[in-house]
Amino acid sequence: MRLQIKNIRIVDPSQNKDSVEDLFIENGKIVSNLTDAANRIVDGRGKIAVPGLIDVHAHLREPGHEGKETIKTGTRAAAKGGITTVFCMPNTKPVIDNAPTVEFILLKAQKEGAINVFPIGCATKGSNGEELSEIGVLKKAGIVAISDDGLPVSNSQIMRRTLEYTKMFKLPVISHSEDKELSRNGVMNEGRNSMILGLRGIPRQAEEVMVSRDIMLAELTRGYLHIAHVSTQGSVELVRQAKKKGINVTAETCPHYFTLTDDVVKVYDANTKMNPPLREKRDVEAIKAGLADGTIDCIATDHAPHTQEEKNREFDLTPFGIIGFETMLSLILNELVASKILSLNEAIAKITVNPAKIFNLEDRGSLKTGSIADITIIDMEYSYEFTKESIISKSKNSPFIGRKFTGGAVMTIVGGNIVYER
Amino acid sequence: MSLNRKDLLGLEHLDKKDFQTVLDSVKPFKSLFTRSVKKAPTLIGKTVVTLFYEPSTRTRTSFEIAAKRLSADVVNISVSASSVVKGESLIDTGKTLEAMKADYIIIRHSMAGTPDILARNLSASIINAGDGFHEHPTQGLLDLYTMYEKKKRIEGLKILLVGDILHSRVAKSNIWALTKMGAEVAVAGPPTLIPPQIEGLGVKVHYNLDEAIKEADVVNILRIQLERQQENLFPSVHEYVELYQLTKERLAKAKSGVMVMHPGPMNRGIEISSDVADSQNAVINEQVTNGIAVRMAVLYLLKPTKVKKNASSN
Ligand SMILES: [Zn+2]
Ligand SMILES: [Zn+2]
Repeated sequence: MRLQIKNIRIVDPSQNKDSVEDLFIENGKIVSNLTDAANRIVDGRGKIAVPGLIDVHAHLREPGHEGKETIKTGTRAAAKGGITTVFCMPNTKPVIDNAPTVEFILLKAQKEGAINVFPIGCATKGSNGEELSEIGVLKKAGIVAISDDGLPVSNSQIMRRTLEYTKMFKLPVISHSEDKELSRNGVMNEGRNSMILGLRGIPRQAEEVMVSRDIMLAELTRGYLHIAHVSTQGSVELVRQAKKKGINVTAETCPHYFTLTDDVVKVYDANTKMNPPLREKRDVEAIKAGLADGTIDCIATDHAPHTQEEKNREFDLTPFGIIGFETMLSLILNELVASKILSLNEAIAKITVNPAKIFNLEDRGSLKTGSIADITIIDMEYSYEFTKESIISKSKNSPFIGRKFTGGAVMTIVGGNIVYER
Repeated sequence: MSLNRKDLLGLEHLDKKDFQTVLDSVKPFKSLFTRSVKKAPTLIGKTVVTLFYEPSTRTRTSFEIAAKRLSADVVNISVSASSVVKGESLIDTGKTLEAMKADYIIIRHSMAGTPDILARNLSASIINAGDGFHEHPTQGLLDLYTMYEKKKRIEGLKILLVGDILHSRVAKSNIWALTKMGAEVAVAGPPTLIPPQIEGLGVKVHYNLDEAIKEADVVNILRIQLERQQENLFPSVHEYVELYQLTKERLAKAKSGVMVMHPGPMNRGIEISSDVADSQNAVINEQVTNGIAVRMAVLYLLKPTKVKKNASSN
C-alpha cells in the first residue's frame, strides 16, 4: 500500500514542524518519496496531519466485561477519535497479572482491533496490593507500563518495591493516587456541591496525599513514576515541585478535568460520576496552567465504559467512569487550543511525542521519515454535535452528549492503513 | 394558587414567594381538622403512591392521612434495602407505578437524588419524603409553618439547629427555607458533624451549645444516629450527651419564650432530655399535626402535568 497525502499542513511536535507538504507512506512507514505510483492519493488541503494520537490510559474491558466494551468496539471508537495507539489498564477479569492474558489481548487486538493496543500489567498479583506480580515475565509478554489502576497500591512498602524493581525494565509505574480511607464511600468531590446535594464527598486530599507519597518514594527509589488522571490544584503543584527537584515523575490529566467542574453533578446524572471526581473551578484552572507550563506531560482519556443499566440508577450505586475516546481530541482543540491555553503544537505533543517518550514507544509519536505510519488527520472546520446515536463505543456514558464541537479527526491511519475516514 | 411545578424535590429551588404560597395555603387545610367531616374532595379520582425504600412510619402515615383527607386513593409500597442493591431498578419501579396511573409518587430513599432521577424519567408528580443526606422538603415546610404559626413571623427570627448537620436532610431543608424567608440560622454541633462549607449558605457555626442557645428564638434539635459513633464522628454517646443534649439547665440559658422543636422520632435522654421534650417550650406534637396540613397543601399546590419525558423538573 502506497499512500500520498497532498498539500497537507503537517504539525509534528517531535521535529517542531509546521508546514504544508506532501506526506508519503509505504509499507507501513513514513517515507520521503514513493517508489512507485500511489495506490491512493488524498487531498490534504485545509486539513492537518499530526502523528497518530497515543492514549496512555483506557479501559477496554476485555477480557471479562465484554458487555461494557470489547477490544473490537473500543478500538473502533478510538480510531474514530483519531487515536492510533491505546494502552489498556489491567483491571479486567482476569486482571493482567500473567503472560497468557497479555498474549490474549495482543492476539485479540491483532485479529479484531482497529488500532495498536498495548497492555499495562498489574503492579501486584491479582491487583490485591500485597505481592509484586511477575513484572519481568509481563514485560517479555509485551506490557508497556505497570499499574493497579482502579486501585492504589496502598501499602507504601509495596509501592517502594514496585518503583525499585521496575527500574531494570525501564517500565513506568502508573499511580492511581487515592487514599482509600479518605475517599471511602465518597461519590463526588467534597465541597459546597456535595453538601447541598447530600452526596458523600471525596476531598482533594485523598488524591494529594498519595501523589505526595509516591513522589517521595520516587525520590527514594529513583524509579519511573507516572501520575494518572491528575484532578486537583494541589496535585499539579506537587508534581511541579517534584520536577523542579529533578525527581523522575511525569503526569497525565483527562479532558474532563480541564473542561468540567462538579457543578454538572447537580442533577444527579451518573455520567458525571468518575474517579477521581470532577473538582472545582480553581482545580480546572490549575490543570490548564499545569498543561501550559509542562507540569502535566500527557492527556489521556481514562475511557471507562459502563452499560446504561449500570449508570441509570441511584447515583450512589452507579460505577465510576465515563467514555472518552470519541471526544478527547475535540475537547483538546476546543478547550485548550481555541482558548489559547496551548498552541496546536503544544497540544498535539501531549498526545503524541510526550507519551511516546515517557513509555519508550520507539518509532511512534512522530512523522519523521522512517517512523511507523500512524497518522491522524484533523479538520479544524469540522463542526458536529456529539449525539448518543453517533457514539460507536459499546457504552454511552458520556457527560458530553449534546455538546457541539468544531474541530476533530476526519481520518485515522494506523501502520499505513486507513482505519477510519469520515 | 399553585407552586407552578410538577415536583417537590427540595426547598433549594423554591423562592420566598413559593414559601409564602405554602404558608397561606396551610391554614384552611388545618381548619378542616376541627370539623366532623375531615375530608375535602380536592384529589378525587387521583392516585397517590408512597414508595418507601427506607422505613418511616411517621412520615408515610402523615402523607397517607394527608392524601386521604383530600379524597385521593392511596397505595403504600415498601421496598427493603437489600432488594435495592440487587432487584428491580428504581426507574423500572417508577415506570410500573406510572403504568398503573399513579398521579403522585412520594418517595423516601436512603440515597440522595433518587427523587430527582424519578422526576426526570416520569410524568407523575414526585414528592421527596427524604433522600439520603439531601433534603426533606415537607419537613422543612412544616417546621417553617410551625414557627410562623407560633411566632407570627419568620423574618428576623433566630433559629438554632443542633446536632448532626452533616447527615441531616432536615437541617438542609430548614436552612433553605428559613434563610430565604429572612431568618437568621445558626448551627451547633461537633466540627465532625458540621460541613465546613455550610457558612457559604449564610449560616453561623457554633461548637458550644451553651453559648449558641442564648440568642435563639427557636431551637430545632436533630436526631442523632448512633452509628455515627462507629464512624468515629464523636467518641461516645456519653460525651455527646455531655456536650449537646438539650437539658433543662441549658434551656434556662435561653430567652424565656424559646421554642423547642424536634423532627422526631426522638432519642429521649440523648439529644433531648425528657423534661424538655415534655415542657411548655416544646411544640413537637404540633409539628406532627401541622405535618398533615402542610402535606395536604403540597399535594394541592403541585401541578401534575404531562411533561415531555426526560425534561428537567427544576
Ligand atoms: Zn485510576
Ligand atoms: Zn483508569
